[in-house]
Amino acid sequence: MSDFSIIGKPTALIDAAEKTTGAGKYSDDLSLPGMLVGKILHAPYPHARLKRTDTTRAEALDGVIAIVIGKDAPNPYGILPVGHDEHALALDKVRYVGDNVACVVAVSEAVAERALELLDVDYEVLPAYFDPEESMKATTDLIHDNKPGNLEKDYHHVFGDPDQGFADADHVAEARFIANEVTHAAMEPHSTLASFEIDPHTGKPGRLTVWSSTQVPYYLQHKLSLVLEMPMSQIRVIKPLVGGGFGGKSEVIPLEIIAAVAARKAQAPVKITYTREEVFWAHRGRPRTIIDLKTGVKNDGRITAVKARVVQDGGAYCSYGVVTILYSGALLGALYDIPNIQYDGYRVLTNKPACGAMRGHGTVNVRFAFESQLDELAAKIGMDPAEIRQRNLLQPPCITVNGLRVQSYGLPECIEKTVARSGWKERRHTLPKGRGLGIACSHYVSGAANSIIRSDMPHSTVNIKIDRDGGVVVYTGASEIGQGSDTMTAQIAAEALGCSLARVRVIAADTDLTPIDIGSYSSRVTFMAGNATLRAAQEVKRLIAAGAAKKMNCAVEELIFRDDTVIRKNGQAGTDTFVRPPDQSSTPSVSGRVEGQILRGSLQQKRKEEGPKDHMTFEEAVVAAIDFHGALIGTGSYAPPPEARGGKHKGAGVGPSPAYSYSAQVAEVSVDEDTGEVTVHKVWAAHDCGRALNPISVEGQIIGSVWMGMGQALTEEMVWKDGLLMNPGLLEYRSPSSIESPEIEPIIVESIDPEGPFGAKECSEGSLAATIPAIANAIYAAVGVRLHESPFTPERVLAALRARKNAKALNLTEGVDPTAPSSFREHGGSLCHKGKGPERHPLDPSRLGTQSGGAD
Amino acid sequence: MKKELVELRVNGRSYELAIEPSALLLDVLRQELQLTGSKRGCDDSSCGACTVLVDGVAVMSCTVLAASREGREITTIEGVSEHGSLAAIQKAYGDWGGAQCGFCTPGFIMTVKSLLAENPDPSEADVRAALSSNLCRCTGYNQMYEAIRSAIAAERAGKTESPVAR
Repeated sequence: MSDFSIIGKPTALIDAAEKTTGAGKYSDDLSLPGMLVGKILHAPYPHARLKRTDTTRAEALDGVIAIVIGKDAPNPYGILPVGHDEHALALDKVRYVGDNVACVVAVSEAVAERALELLDVDYEVLPAYFDPEESMKATTDLIHDNKPGNLEKDYHHVFGDPDQGFADADHVAEARFIANEVTHAAMEPHSTLASFEIDPHTGKPGRLTVWSSTQVPYYLQHKLSLVLEMPMSQIRVIKPLVGGGFGGKSEVIPLEIIAAVAARKAQAPVKITYTREEVFWAHRGRPRTIIDLKTGVKNDGRITAVKARVVQDGGAYCSYGVVTILYSGALLGALYDIPNIQYDGYRVLTNKPACGAMRGHGTVNVRFAFESQLDELAAKIGMDPAEIRQRNLLQPPCITVNGLRVQSYGLPECIEKTVARSGWKERRHTLPKGRGLGIACSHYVSGAANSIIRSDMPHSTVNIKIDRDGGVVVYTGASEIGQGSDTMTAQIAAEALGCSLARVRVIAADTDLTPIDIGSYSSRVTFMAGNATLRAAQEVKRLIAAGAAKKMNCAVEELIFRDDTVIRKNGQAGTDTFVRPPDQSSTPSVSGRVEGQILRGSLQQKRKEEGPKDHMTFEEAVVAAIDFHGALIGTGSYAPPPEARGGKHKGAGVGPSPAYSYSAQVAEVSVDEDTGEVTVHKVWAAHDCGRALNPISVEGQIIGSVWMGMGQALTEEMVWKDGLLMNPGLLEYRSPSSIESPEIEPIIVESIDPEGPFGAKECSEGSLAATIPAIANAIYAAVGVRLHESPFTPERVLAALRARKNAKALNLTEGVDPTAPSSFREHGGSLCHKGKGPERHPLDPSRLGTQSGGAD
Repeated sequence: MKKELVELRVNGRSYELAIEPSALLLDVLRQELQLTGSKRGCDDSSCGACTVLVDGVAVMSCTVLAASREGREITTIEGVSEHGSLAAIQKAYGDWGGAQCGFCTPGFIMTVKSLLAENPDPSEADVRAALSSNLCRCTGYNQMYEAIRSAIAAERAGKTESPVAR
C-alpha cells in the first residue's frame, strides 16, 4: 500500500464534467436581468493627444444608455504599486493603437457598435517610438512625462567578480540574441460583468459585484477600490470558470475596470467581452527582448562568469514590467552553479500594447540565449552538451551568488532521465543529415517569496468547514484557471483528513466568501495555497481527533485517519501501519451521508451498546467532534519563510522563491534545407515537480508548457508595423494546431521538497523555457546553423543556411542576419503611404536619412 | 433590421424564434436559447470553440446564419450527454486530461463526434487531421488523443458487452 490514498493518484479534475458537458459557466456565459452591453472605442494612433471628445451624436442614438470617458474615473492604477500609470479610459493621451478612449453602453452589441462610429474624437498625433533601443534615447515627446528616456526601470547587478571570472575562462562566447514578442492567446477572450446593488439605506448604488475572467480576484478588488473610490469590502469579485490565463489574466485588464465604471454610470449591469482582436491589443504578453550575452567556461566545462545586458520592449505601460526585467536577471541563478554574474536590465516604454507576465515570466527569453550559448561553448571545447550541464550543477542546500535559496534540486535526475529516454548518447551521432537532437534545461519559481504588494500578510489563507454528515467544504481564494487548482485543493484536504475526494467541495475565488489568496501567478498555487489547505485541514483534523479520541477512550496520537475511517493503532507501540477495519466493506455505515444527522440517535444508541470502539467512520468521528466542540472550522495560512526571501540589494525581492522546479529536455527535429522548414518530431521533457500530487495534471502541464514553448520557437510572433499589429487573429498568429504538434513525452521527477505540501513544487511554467533552446540546439545539430532570433521561421532558417554557404543573401528577413541579428525590425505592409498614418519619431531608425515621416 | 420568425431544431427540440436575418447561429444558441456550452473564442472560424453539428456534420456556428439552418437538425454540446450522464467521449476527456481550462472542450467534442460518426476507427493521423480545425492553448493535444482512443475502446466494449449483460 502506498503512503497516500489520494495524493499521487491520477485524478480527473473535479470540474471536468462541467467542462465536458458545456454546463460550466465562464464570464461571458453569464447574464443578468436588464443587462447592457459595453463596447470600447480604441485609439487608431500609436501616440496622440486627445484634443476633443464629442459624444453628442452617439448619445442621441436610440438604445444608447451611457457613454463613459476618461474623466468619469480619473484615478490611476496599475498592477504594481510602482506602476500606477494606467487609467480606465484615456485622460489626455493615447499611447498605443488599441488604447482605450471611450466606452459605449447600449441595449445591444449592434447598437453599441453603431454608436462607436458616431463618437467624434480629435487627436493631435505625436511622434511615436517603436524601437526600444531608440526609445531609450528620447528627450522629447516622452510616452510618460515622469519617465525620462522612456525608461520604465533599469537595474544593474554585479555578483562575485565577473571580470576575474572572464579572465579565468579558457573560452568565452559572446552574441546578441533576439526573442520576438509572443502573447498568451488563451482560448477564452476576456470578459467582465459588473453590477451594482441598490443600498437600502441611501437608495443609491451601493455594493458592486464583478464577475470576471481573472487569475487575481483580490488584486482586481484592490484596483477597483482605487479607481471607483469604494472600500474593498463594498466590492465583491467572483471568478467563474476561466478559459485559460497563462499570465494574460494575472493583472487588471482595462475592460475589468471599464465595465465597473460603465455599470456605475449606466445604473444597470454591464457586460463587456473582448473580441479576439481586442484580446491581442490588451496583450500583456512576453516582450520582445534583446539579450547581449557573454559566457566564460573552463576547458573542463565549468562556467566561470556570465554577463547579460537585456533590453525589453515593454510597450506603453508599466504593467508587470519591473518584475519581468528583474526575473530576467535573477533567474540566471539557481539553475547552475555560476560564481560570477553581471546583469544590466532595461525595461523600455514604446508605443505598443503593454507587455506583462506570460508563462515562464521573465526567464524564457534569457534562458533561450543562455542555453544556446552553453551549447556553443560545449561544441567549442568538444564536450557532450548534456555533460557540460552536468558539470555545472549546484550542490544544494545552498544559497546562490545572487541570494536565491535552493533546497530540493532534481535537475541531475532530469538530465539523466531525459538523456536515457531519448537515446541521446547512442542516437546523437547516428541520425541522418538534416535531423538532430538538442538538449536544454530550465527552472522556475514555485511562487514568488515576496508579494507584489509588500506586506507581512500571508500569501494564501484557506478555511475549511466540516458539515455534520462529513461533508468537507474548502474555501480558498486560489483561482482555478484550468491548471487544476481546485482539484489540487480537494486532494490535499481529502488526503490530510483521511476522507474520500467525493466528500470535498471547493468554493474558490469569491472575495465575499473566500479568504485572501493573492492569485494564480508565478506558479504559486500548489506550493502556497496547497500548504495553506494542508494546515487548515490539519487544524480541523485535530478537532475531529479530539472528539473521536474521547469517544474511543484513547489518546489523539493513537488515531489514524484514512479512507473515510478513523482507527486506533493496533495497540502495540511503534506500529502505525494502517489496517482497514474488517467490517467496513461488509456492513453498511450506520449514519451514511444521506441520512446525516437524522440517524444520530440510533448511532449513539448503537455505540452505547458496543462500548468504546477501535475504529469509527469519518462521519461518526465528525459527529463526535461536533458534539464535543460545536462547529468544525479550521483555518490555515502560508507565508514564505524569511530565509527564502532573498538578498538585500535593490531589486532583490524578485526571483527568490521557497522552492524551484527543474526541467531538462531533448528535442528531435528535422530541417528541410530547401524550404527552411523545421519539424519537431518529439520532445522528451523531464520535470522535477517535487511530488506529483496528480500525475495526470502534472503531465498535462508539462506537455502544455513544452507545446507553448514550441509555438514560440517555431511559429508564434506578434508582427508589428508602425505600432499596428499585423496579425491580430488566431490563424495569423499561428498558434500550432494538432497537425503541427509533436509527441511530447513527459517524465516526472520527484525530489520531494522539504517545504512543499507533501513535497510538491510547481509544474506549470518551468518546462516552457527549455523547449526553445532545445529546439535551437537541435537545429544546430541537424544542419549546423545557430539561430539567434526566435521564432525559427522558414525565412530565418533559410537565410541562416544561405549565410553559412556564403550564398547571395536572400533578403527574406529584411537584411537582418538571423544568426547575428543586430536590431529590432518590423515587417508587414506600410501604413505610411503618401505621408498618411502615424509619424515615427525622428530618432526611429526607419526615419534616419529621410526628410519627413512616412519613410516606408 | 426587422426580425423574422424561424423554427430551429436544436438537440431534438423545436424552437420558434424571432431573430434578425443577420443573426449568427452561435449568437442565437448562446443568447436566445441560453445554450452557452458553445463558445466564442474568435470571430472568424479560426478556433473551432463554437463547433456544433448540423445534420451530423461539424460546422463552426460563429460564421453561419441561424436562419439558413432552419429545418436542419442542430446538435450542441448540451445535446451530447445521454440521459443525464456523461457520454463516453465526455468521460474520457475528463479522465485523460483532455480538458484543462475547458473552454475549447465543447468544440473539440463536437468535432470528435463528427469524426467518429464518419470513421469509427480513425488512425492517429486521421484524428490529428480532424482536430486541426480546432485550437487548444492548454493541452498541446497529446492527452486528447489518449482520451479519444479510450472513448472508442469504451464505446466498443459497451456495444459488445451489453447484449451479454442483458
